[in-house]
Amino acid sequence: MKTHTLLIQTPEGIAFPLLLASPVTRMLACTVDLVVVIATVYLIGVLVAMVGWIAPSLSLGIHLLAYFAITIGYGIATEWLWRGQTLGKRLLRLRVMDAQGLRLQFSQIVIRNLLRFVDGLPAFYLVGGLASLLSPRAQRLGDLAANTIVVRHPAMAEPDVDQLMAGKFNSLRDHPHLVARLRQRVSPAEAAIALQALLRRDEFEPAARVGLFGQLASHFRSLAAFPLEAVEGLTDEQYVRNVVDVLFRARGERAASADKSGPTAAVPYPGV
Amino acid sequence: MIIDLAKFVAEERPHWTELETVLKRLETDPAHVLALEDVKRLHHLYQRASADLAKIMTSASEPEIRRYLESLVARAYGEIHETRRSPHRLAPLAWFFRTFPQTFRRHLWAFWLSLAITFGGCAFGGLALHLDPGAKRVLMPFEQLQGDPAQRVAREEKARKDRLAGAKTTFSSFLMVNNIKVSITAMALGMTWGIGTIILLFYNGVILGAVAVDYVDAGQAKFLMGWLLPHGAVEIPAILLAGQAGLMLGRALIGWGTRASLRRRLREIGPDLVTLIGGVAVLLVWAGFVEAFLSQYHEPVLPYSIKIAFGVTELVLLTLFLTRSGLQRVGGGS
Repeated sequence: MKTHTLLIQTPEGIAFPLLLASPVTRMLACTVDLVVVIATVYLIGVLVAMVGWIAPSLSLGIHLLAYFAITIGYGIATEWLWRGQTLGKRLLRLRVMDAQGLRLQFSQIVIRNLLRFVDGLPAFYLVGGLASLLSPRAQRLGDLAANTIVVRHPAMAEPDVDQLMAGKFNSLRDHPHLVARLRQRVSPAEAAIALQALLRRDEFEPAARVGLFGQLASHFRSLAAFPLEAVEGLTDEQYVRNVVDVLFRARGERAASADKSGPTAAVPYPGV
Repeated sequence: MIIDLAKFVAEERPHWTELETVLKRLETDPAHVLALEDVKRLHHLYQRASADLAKIMTSASEPEIRRYLESLVARAYGEIHETRRSPHRLAPLAWFFRTFPQTFRRHLWAFWLSLAITFGGCAFGGLALHLDPGAKRVLMPFEQLQGDPAQRVAREEKARKDRLAGAKTTFSSFLMVNNIKVSITAMALGMTWGIGTIILLFYNGVILGAVAVDYVDAGQAKFLMGWLLPHGAVEIPAILLAGQAGLMLGRALIGWGTRASLRRRLREIGPDLVTLIGGVAVLLVWAGFVEAFLSQYHEPVLPYSIKIAFGVTELVLLTLFLTRSGLQRVGGGS
């Protein structure tokens, strides 16, 4: 599926991409929220039914009002309390944000939630769904009016380098200065490609596998030239494996050693 | 540039932690005002974190630190570049008695337009029914209004039993919910460049005009006033205000008379829309109570003169409230 990103650029020359949530993910989150709302209303219905033994009209009235207040207020309250997240959005790692990366205002939350009345027309969020499919920033009408976007923070899995190396000897480690040069020259995207290639190595056709690792290895060789004794007898795939190992594993070891020395320990990653 | 990441992180980490602490305080307590020194410090920390991010951006081996810094810089960016004032304290009374009427007056043009459209609908509905009484079924799609007004009046006035006995709370809740829904829809339909709002207002006007002419033609003007005024004096203006909000939204979308960008136009009216629709909801809660507990009682239980006087008083008070309340503050401000 097509994933859109929105690039936020600060005057300091920093740019970072935000992953926009797709209409399908948002619909799933919406379904979760719907279930929560129905369950809450049902619970209130049970509670109010007890009042109903004393004053039936009052209980029905309260139920009507509660139903209405919860369907409208649920999104507003949760998004305000949790800075742009409802329960469904939390589950699917979505978050409402200001379209310019500024702080989300209360009025923005109210408007985007009240405009569900139009986005929900004529049924099943047809208008809103179409709008978010067509809009470049995947906004439904409520998001357009409130100037908000919904972004996705996918869970980043730690690369499982141990699974690749499994206690194997890595000849590149004997040359720390060259490893440092390699780590400095390899871009994040290149490292990710190499890692993915290794993780999926069994899914390739044999010829394609040899070709791919040949290309990767020659690229890494051009970035940092290791002496012959370090690379002698290594196949291209083993070479790439060693490179990935020094790129990714160094971090874990450093964090472990830093744990003893203090503040450089692995940095916690808070929500935006 | 080769950086020793361990050393780099060790040196910069205290600054990131400090920035995080400041941000957390600002985010949890919006009323907090920073001193000039603190603001300078915040800006310094923000720039420092930005520079660190730029340094680490190209490093393949530190995705977590990069993401952490990105998130930190994004939060600081939001705090530093945010120029809108956020309401930091809940002040419902000040909001209702000052902000709400002030907002109403600021966008008076939209209210007049909303009123004119509704009047247009009234005139059309009234005229249509007057000229073609057979069109009643089309103009007023409500079961209880299909019969002859005179017969209904006779029936209601004869009724000795309270037909709403024991159901008044339910009825008033139903009215509140229904009317607030219609109001929110009227505002939200502004997203159709105001066309939806205009149609909804006009249609409401048609029904109102048709009902009025139906009763007046049948010689039941007094009953009509006694029946509609107590709640209508608040309910109808409330719907007009919701229409006002919808028209404001429509105008912001179209962009009449301003050179600001669409995003900016929508950003500017956002808080006003929320204030208006909130005020409308409060008015409709009142109207719901009145309609269920007062409007459905007629002579001889409740003299029409009292009901009409009650409605007129409400209308006068509402007009005074919307035109006068919170006025000094505006005068002082300008």
